[in-house]
Amino acid sequence: MAHRKLTLKEKYQLMTRGLDWETTYQPMDKVFPYDQYEGIKIKNWDKWEDPFRLTMDAYWKYQAEKERKLYAILDSFSQNNGQLNLSDARYLTALKIWMQGITPAEYNSHRGFCMVGRQFRGAGARVACQMQALDELRHAQTQMHAFSQYNKHFGGFHQAMHMRDRAWYLSIPKSYFEDAMTAGPFEFVTAISFSFEYVLTNLLFMPFVSGAAYNGDMATTTFGFSAQSDESRHMTLGLEVVKFILEQHEDNVPIMQRYIDKWFWRGYRLLALVGTMMDYMLPKKVMSWAEAWGIYWEENGMALFHDLERYGIKPPKYHEIATLEKNHITHQAWTVFYTACPATAFHAWLPQPYELDWLSEKYGETFERYYRPRFAQFAELERAGERFYTNRLPLVCQTCQVPVFFTEVNNPMRQSVRQLDWQGMKFNFCSDGCKDIFAHEPEKFCQAYIPPQQIYQGNAGGARNLQEYAAWLKCEFGKDSGEYYTSEDYARWKQWHGGKDTTPSSAAA
Amino acid sequence: MRDKVFIAFQQNEESRPIIEAILQDNPLAVANEQPAMVKIDAPGRLVVRRTTIEEKMGRAFDLQSIHINLISLAGNIDETEDEFILAWHGA
Repeated sequence: MAHRKLTLKEKYQLMTRGLDWETTYQPMDKVFPYDQYEGIKIKNWDKWEDPFRLTMDAYWKYQAEKERKLYAILDSFSQNNGQLNLSDARYLTALKIWMQGITPAEYNSHRGFCMVGRQFRGAGARVACQMQALDELRHAQTQMHAFSQYNKHFGGFHQAMHMRDRAWYLSIPKSYFEDAMTAGPFEFVTAISFSFEYVLTNLLFMPFVSGAAYNGDMATTTFGFSAQSDESRHMTLGLEVVKFILEQHEDNVPIMQRYIDKWFWRGYRLLALVGTMMDYMLPKKVMSWAEAWGIYWEENGMALFHDLERYGIKPPKYHEIATLEKNHITHQAWTVFYTACPATAFHAWLPQPYELDWLSEKYGETFERYYRPRFAQFAELERAGERFYTNRLPLVCQTCQVPVFFTEVNNPMRQSVRQLDWQGMKFNFCSDGCKDIFAHEPEKFCQAYIPPQQIYQGNAGGARNLQEYAAWLKCEFGKDSGEYYTSEDYARWKQWHGGKDTTPSSAAA
Repeated sequence: MRDKVFIAFQQNEESRPIIEAILQDNPLAVANEQPAMVKIDAPGRLVVRRTTIEEKMGRAFDLQSIHINLISLAGNIDETEDEFILAWHGA
């Protein structure tokens, strides 16, 4: 007898529902103790639906195919010495920041989804968290595998997990994910699935990974797009999670609005690192940070919030500030990287003449007036043999942990610093956005591990200055850190190219 | 002007007939080519239709296998065996 084939919807229903049961030995509230204290009210968990309707069998099938493709390319990349095809070895600074900052974040995201997969009482939600936990682990692993070829030849890739727990600039992504993991399960999924994945990761995985392709990095392009095909599922889930929570009870709306406001701002601050990758670390340029922000936030992000208006959700607080800052933040961040790179695990440099022109073209008057003269001044010092390095530790924002180098939106010559007194202590912030976040959860954020303060307190292996601090990070000056054009990376790159300087002279491939 | 939805694919031979089918089924859709990827934007709504892809490929096609070369998307999703629809429902 012929059986009718199940439709996708029926198959999804059968594979994700009825897998759970009402507990009898213990009350459900004791079995799932974490899904109520945030105040989010869920009336019916069965309304949760994964729009992709991907069942576990289909998931394994497609993931296996993605892995086979990815590892075939990684093999080919390493067998053919693919690192030689890069546009320029300066590009590797972007990958070092990825390896040290983003890959450990993928791993933390894996841990986070394992936790919330246990904490939600709805079976559909738990299945979705299980798949995402597997995806995030896959991302951490495939990135480490892809970067291992670069680790054979270049500095800075050797101790990512060690550095993540110690380096001042890596506390930015670390604190973002640890803040999410120590929140309730609904805040975690809003932070990671919605604000990070839906609203912001396109900026990392689309223009930057496309830029990796443009700069000849076959390994990163491949793992990047392979990861992003998982992300498109995660993003979709992020939107469904938010809609599901909002539809369950009207009391959920103000709680969700606060989560969206908080995590948009935290994510936006974190993305300053990505913007700097696009504007300063890709020797061949694809699009500027300001252009990417225009497409992926001002156009696509706002479309999303128009869609959410029907639930009473407004665009995140301070999003206008983020848009006003788009012509400034990457130049400010790169200036800090340039001057502080002895205390990092990557190299920095001054933009080449063709890059200065490209930045002038993309950022116009803003770049010409405020930032180009700064780079000219640094260049003059370099010519005089006095390459400038900072020897002080910065004041760091208590919330986002970025040093307070951003400026006021109405005055790019004035540093933006906010302060708040709480329980007899003074706390510093980079912005109103970060100050608001602290003010709502001071008991949490007063505990933040702020690297410069820890160094001054002697908690960085007893380091008394930046040189000792770098040693504690396991970074060797010239090998892993400091100026690119006097680094071992540059010397090796030149040697591979017959002793010639092969720095590109134009932004086009 | 309605807000745009988008879908992006890796630039390769498997994606080519999918992209052609989308552009045929969605006259207002625009393909933006960038290194290694293609991003298709469309005002308000975009449909990916299995039968059109099958015509282009000349073989049967499981619509869920678009996952393999999918990079990203924006919009609310409605997925069946025959159609994959992206849409904004807002005003």
